[in-house]
This record gives sequence, structure tokens and C-alpha cells, in this order.
Amino acid sequence: MKISFKVNGAARELDAPPLQRLLDALRLVLGLTGTKEGCAEGECGACTVLLDGEPVNACLVPVGQCQGREITTVEGLGAAGHLSPLQRCFIDHGGAQCGICTPGVLISAEHLLRRNPDPDDDAIREALAGNLCRCTGYQRIIESVRAAAVLRRADARDVGDPRDVGDARGARDVSHDRQEAP
Amino acid sequence: MNRFTYARAEQVGDAVSAAMQRRAATFIAGGTNLVDLMKENVARPDHLIDINRLPLQQVEETEDGGLRVGALVTNADLAYHPLVEARYPLLSRAILSGASAQLRNMATTGGNLLQRTRCFYFYDTATPCNKREPGSGCPAITGQNRNHAILGASEHCIATHPSDMCVALAALEAVVRVTGKGGERRVPFAELHRLPGDMPERDTTLEPGDLITAVELPPGRFAEHCTYLKVRDRASYAFALVSVAAAVELAGGTIKEARVALGGVAHKPWRDRTAEALLRGKAASTEAFQEVAEALLQDAQGYRHNGFKMALAKRAIVRALGEAVSGRQAS
Ligand SMILES: Cc1cc2nc3c(=O)[nH]c(=O)nc-3n(C[C@H](O)[C@H](O)[C@H](O)COP(=O)(O)OP(=O)(O)OC[C@H]3O[C@@H](n4cnc5c(N)ncnc54)[C@H](O)[C@@H]3O)c2cc1C
Ligand code: SF4
Ligand code: FES
Ligand code: FES
Repeated sequence: MKISFKVNGAARELDAPPLQRLLDALRLVLGLTGTKEGCAEGECGACTVLLDGEPVNACLVPVGQCQGREITTVEGLGAAGHLSPLQRCFIDHGGAQCGICTPGVLISAEHLLRRNPDPDDDAIREALAGNLCRCTGYQRIIESVRAAAVLRRADARDVGDPRDVGDARGARDVSHDRQEAP
Repeated sequence: MNRFTYARAEQVGDAVSAAMQRRAATFIAGGTNLVDLMKENVARPDHLIDINRLPLQQVEETEDGGLRVGALVTNADLAYHPLVEARYPLLSRAILSGASAQLRNMATTGGNLLQRTRCFYFYDTATPCNKREPGSGCPAITGQNRNHAILGASEHCIATHPSDMCVALAALEAVVRVTGKGGERRVPFAELHRLPGDMPERDTTLEPGDLITAVELPPGRFAEHCTYLKVRDRASYAFALVSVAAAVELAGGTIKEARVALGGVAHKPWRDRTAEALLRGKAASTEAFQEVAEALLQDAQGYRHNGFKMALAKRAIVRALGEAVSGRQAS
């Protein structure tokens, strides 16, 4: 079955069995291996992607249901050297250890912050309830999201003042690049 | 997974007639339960009918002041719908207490009603299970039965229905609209799911080919005084050990009508109108709630690992009714 959809803003077309898991279409067919497989049955959230802006488990979504729709994977949040504030905060605050859960956690957190720029810890916990992590004990994930919310609100304010945009963003990117390549 | 063919239905009539032509034809909606069951070889459809394009995505007000919810409305869209939040907060809370954000975004109203039990023997094709293989036996009765039924079970099956949404729909006395062989019909919610008896392979009273098109809610009378209390092993993202949907209509200080539906205790959302009637015309009090709880559980039977559910359910009922009456939902 021919399926055309948008992945991270780019139009993609593939020929796949309709029940092929979106997870396999992304990883095996499109080569987007950022999205991870954990439990394969909807429990762990490692495979979380946005479908038309809403988080879903790519291990349970048949790709046939994505016809004409828009998908965002972790690759769509930012790339090495151009990480988003959210991604940077996970590095800075130890929100990622083995990294298996991280792409899914980032997607759920991104969705939360788009809707709620200033979430309290309960809101963060509830938004991440469908994402299991065996390494961090969650506290550092929550701190990372909290820090990202602060950064994003600061960024949003920067945009309000045209003089600050280039400087503020550029400065943070540079400092971050240094941390990323030790 | 077995081999199957796949087709998308564009019209309700086409979906139903396609389903009637093949014995093992199955509808697929959000797929969050079916895809899993197919992977485990528990569900083995020979033909899949994708119903996601059917025009069943609306939430509309009905003439009598109720709400009609299309079968394809997602659990997330329904829970956050402004009319549901305002008039049926019980339903919003029940839905949001279930699964995860990711799952609720895919899961549909029709699929939630027809999701299958979470009994692990049912999922494990290496073990017998009367629900999966009629006549093969029920290992849960003497095995791992912590999550199993204490009400309405049979010697053939002690599984529970896992849905939270359905417990609220039972309390609200929803009506299910079904299109099948004989055209359209309306099924009262209490008659949709069935007890296992000697046919545990049948979860519901629906016939092959029946398509759920909508769920209708009668006008909301319980928005002020309702609660959904879910007791589970973790605070979020687990199936209920016991859940209670309680809704009360008050006139002055006395109870005009009370509804209590239980989840996690039976093969279907459990209600007992005789027990509920005990509250009618009474002043709200802990003693009155305890009396209802005793009556609701009077025929309960525990198995080796789930006897605790009897006391748990009683306490949960008393607490839920108290919260419903006071209009405060503890989280
Ligand atoms: C990890 C996990 C945790 C979960 N936790 C909870 C929880 O805490 N509480 C809870 O209530 N639920 C929970 N769920 C279950 C979830 O709510 C259901 O899987 C979901 O509601 C099913 O909807 P669907 O649209 O994906 O159904 P599908 O998987 O598409 O279909 C399920 C069944 O319904 C049939 N069907 C679907 N639509 C129709 C229709 N319109 N007419 C006739 N037949 C139809 C299909 O043929 C199939 O047999 C959980 C699921 C998972 C995977
Ligand atoms: S309780 Fe029902 S579903 Fe579970 S093993 Fe027994 S027959 Fe199967
Ligand atoms: S891999 Fe999809 S939820 Fe675990
Ligand atoms: S960082 Fe290892 S599972 Fe979360």
C-alpha cells in the first residue's frame, strides 16, 4: 500500500504493508533510528512520536493510518550542533543515562511545553506517565524539563526584543556545542 | 501474526457488509488493543476492515439534551471535550485515569468498549484459556488471580473487563448505537457486556458484523456530584484493581438518586440497582454508604490472591460516595 505523509516537515512516500508499525517504517524504511523500541506493546513510551502534534506510541500505530498526516520524531526537535533548549537541558541536568527512553521522553516533554509553558512538577509527571525510565529515577528528567521550561520562556521573551535574539541564542548554542563534543 | 487481507471502509454500510462476508473479519480502529493481540497470536483475523475513515468522528448534542459521541472519537478528544468536562466530568475523569497520553490519543470510543481482558493467561498462547480456546480450561482459577473477578464470575472464566471509561458509561446509563445485519439498533449500556457463564469467549452481546457507530449519553444530571476513584498498584498508568464511578443527585440534604458502578471486579462494569435504591430518599451519611457497599458486595467471592478486593471495594465505594456528595474529588 502506498502511503504518503510528512515526517519532520518533509514529504515522504513509501510502499508498506498497512499494518507495518510506524516504528518500523521510521527506523527500518526511512532510517530515522532516533525513535527507540522498548516493550513493543504500548507500555514504555520509548517509541513516542507526535502524530498531527499529539504523542502516540509508534509501536502500536499501523503506518497505514498515517496517510496524509504529519509525524514528528526526536530528529525533528533538533540535531547535533543545533539541539533544542529541551535537549540541551537533558544533557546539562543528567536527564539521560542509557538513552533508550530519552527520545520518547523528549517528545512527550516537547508536547507538554508547547501546551503549557510553565508546568508544575505534577503536570510534568502526568505528561511523562507513559514514559518509563530504568536509569534516572525520574527526578533528573523532571529537573531537565523544568529547566527547559525556564529557558524556553526566556527565549520567547528574547523574541519580543529584536536586539537580543541573535546574541542570546548564539551564545547558548556555542556554550552548548562545547559541552557536546568533549 | 497470521496472514490477513486489509481494506479501508468509506461507508458504514460497506464496513458492515464486508464484515458479514468473512467469518473472521475484524474492524480495526485505533489498533492499540488489536495490534497487540494479533502480534501475540491471540487475535487471528483473516480480514481487517480499517474503519478510521468512516464519518464517526463527531461529538454532537442530541435533541433531548444529551450527547452523541461518534465511535471514532479518540479517548483524549472525548475526555477534553468542553461539553463532556462541563456536563459529564465523571466520564472525563474515568478516561484520564486510564492508559497514558500516547494511548488515549489513538484509542477510540468504540475500541475502548470492545477492548479485551488483561488476564495474562488470555495473552499467553502457551497456556489454556477458555476465553481464547473454548473448552481448554481456566488456569486463573487456581493460578495467578490477583487481578481477577470477585463478582459474577463462573467456573469457566474469572476475567475482568479492563476499561475505566466503561465504568463511567455504565453509571451514566449510556446507550450504544450499533449497525448490523438487521440495520440500526440501540443497546442499553448494561446489556452490551455480558457475564462469562459457559461462553467466556463472548465478551459482549454483539453479533458478528455489528459495528458500533456511537455512544449516546442521556442529559447530564450528575455534574455537581460525581467521582471516579481508581485504586491501582501505581498512582498513574496501571489497570484498576478496583474502581468506583459514583454519581449522586441531591435534593436539599437528601439523595434523590445514586449510581454506583464498579470496575476491576467483574467481567463487565458492575452495577446493582437494588443496592443503589437503598440510598434513595436518605440523608447522605457514612452509615448509608456502608450499607450500599455491603449490599453491592454481598455475593462477592474471592480467589486465592484477590480476596483483598472485597474489603478494598467496600472502602472505595464509601469513599467515592462521600466525595461525590461533597462535590470534592480527591486526586
Ligand atoms: C499499556 C496499555 C495500558 C492501558 N491502560 C488502560 C487503562 O488503564 N484503562 C483503560 O480503560 N484502558 C487501558 N488500555 C486500553 C486502551 O484503552 C484500549 O486499548 C483502547 O481503548 C482500544 O481502542 P482502539 O481504538 O485502539 O481499539 P482497537 O485496538 O482498534 O480495537 C479493539 C477491538 O474493538 C473492535 N472495534 C473497534 N472499534 C469498533 C467499532 N466501532 N465497532 C465494532 N468493533 C470495534 C476491534 O475489532 C477490536 O476487536 C491500555 C492499553 C495499553 C496498551
Ligand atoms: S480467567 Fe478467563 S481469560 Fe483468564 S484464563 Fe480463565 S478463561 Fe482465560
Ligand atoms: S516500544 Fe512502544 S511503548 Fe514501548
Ligand atoms: S535513561 Fe535509560 S531508560 Fe531512561
